[in-house]
Amino acid sequence: MSATLVDMSVARATAPSAEAPPFPVDRLRPDFPILSRQVRGKPLVYLDNAATSQKPQVVLDEMVRYYSETNANIHRGVHYLSEAATEAYDQARATVARFIGAPDPREVIFVRGATEAINLVAHGYAAARLREGDEVVVSALEHHANLIPWQEACRRTGAKLRIIPCFDNGELDIEAYRSLLNERTRLVAVTWISNALGTVVPVADIIRIAKERSIPVLIDACQAVPHLPVDVASLGADFIVWSGHKVFGPTGIGVLWGRAALLEPLPPYQTGGDMIDHVTYERATYRGLPERFEAGTPHMGGAIGLATACSYVAALDRPALIAHEHQLVERACAGLVTVPGLRLVGTAKDRAGVVSFVVDGVHPHDLGTFLDADGVAIRAGHHCAQPLMRRLGITGTARASFAFYNTPAEVDRLVASVRRAVDFFAP
Amino acid sequence: MSDMEDLYQDIILDHHKRPRNYRLLRPCTHEADGRNPLCGDELHVTLRVEGDRLAEIGFEANGCAISRASASLMTEVVKGRRLIEIPALRDRVTGMLKGGDGAHEPSLEEDGDLAAIAGVRRFPARIKCATLAWHTLDAALAGKGEVSTEAED
Repeated sequence: MSATLVDMSVARATAPSAEAPPFPVDRLRPDFPILSRQVRGKPLVYLDNAATSQKPQVVLDEMVRYYSETNANIHRGVHYLSEAATEAYDQARATVARFIGAPDPREVIFVRGATEAINLVAHGYAAARLREGDEVVVSALEHHANLIPWQEACRRTGAKLRIIPCFDNGELDIEAYRSLLNERTRLVAVTWISNALGTVVPVADIIRIAKERSIPVLIDACQAVPHLPVDVASLGADFIVWSGHKVFGPTGIGVLWGRAALLEPLPPYQTGGDMIDHVTYERATYRGLPERFEAGTPHMGGAIGLATACSYVAALDRPALIAHEHQLVERACAGLVTVPGLRLVGTAKDRAGVVSFVVDGVHPHDLGTFLDADGVAIRAGHHCAQPLMRRLGITGTARASFAFYNTPAEVDRLVASVRRAVDFFAP
Repeated sequence: MSDMEDLYQDIILDHHKRPRNYRLLRPCTHEADGRNPLCGDELHVTLRVEGDRLAEIGFEANGCAISRASASLMTEVVKGRRLIEIPALRDRVTGMLKGGDGAHEPSLEEDGDLAAIAGVRRFPARIKCATLAWHTLDAALAGKGEVSTEAED
């Protein structure tokens, strides 16, 4: 099993050159079987990647292989399969750690997804770190997953939640952020890329400013990992969370990376089997990292699928991928703004992966349903960011979100379908 | 007929673009806000009940074509009816939207323009858009100020 995981040391992206070859999207698309299917009688144009990504065959194969050849419960097994499964699970953790540049695999906690990762940290902070009058800082751009756990943690402890405001174009107000920090700030938790608008938040600046006051920083990297290289060692954050299914891996598996020095003082999020050291009827002592935060039988199959996805992504030419996705976003924006009554929502200078828009007199849900009939899958609504929508004075947007396997021709089909929808619904 | 034309029949598009009874009654005897947080549809329904009759109804909506047209169609159907008739009308619409076994098959004779709403049933994601108006009417008559398609009971 372990031998089949690609060695990531040979898979890191190389530096771009003036004569860099174009991103080989046509060669890669067949890796994703779902992309060749039809929906509603039309070839699928999948532009809902910010919600979840599609899976390459190699990920599906490795998961089937694990379940058909290696499956057994891990740890404490004295039989062959249990040892093999334990080895495969440990290898998966090591692969994921390398993928994000984490020097110590023990600092990689497997969780269900980013939501569970943030709840784990918020729960731990509420129990061990936050006191009445303390403050937690999040941004106006947050997905509900990086807002509500902090609302709850603050409610339980009497701490205050402070919000970094954003400008109308979807960029964060960094000066306002700086002035929010004070001696009571216990944590800054900020998204790297807005799932609703595509704003790339200058997380290096966010982290640097927090570090001037020695404040820990959690980065929600869900939307960043599919688009940008992530290197925790150079980034300088203290916690990084992401979901496997948005990075071409399976659902139900995600990653909390955290510095051991900050994770170790936090109480376990869940308790039970596998996370214990010594147990009597009265009490228990707990294991160290990472098992301390992985109570119960973990999602071995998911971890192996995720590690395979990480290896797949790591083998891609990252600079070419970034250029290709940038071209898709630019092409979509240029085409969409020519549609009468259409307005882009979120026009930050630095954006990735997402184009959000509204059309006068046409509700995003009607747009979504109309596009669906053309085989074009987008998302419509508040994108789990209701406060951000309210801040922008809208109830929702239509959102096209891209992955490296999308093509300029698909962008053109999006634009053509939006144009027809607007004709259809226009008053 | 394409799926789109089935869903957005002429009647639906007409009620979306020119909603009937599209005004708030002031004063009114009953009112409620309806929300579908999944898509951000918002509806405000105002009523004037006289005796056992729904004498007047008016609404304003910030939502999709389906929710707006459904509300507009509803106002035409319930206006002037006895209150006791309204639950059966609501069940008739929700029955049309359900589809499948035991579903109420719409007919133009019995249901009039309301039959147009049945096209929504092939789009499960949109059924709550179509039922929002009826839930909001229920809430108004029950004296509940607001209702959400997603809130816990």
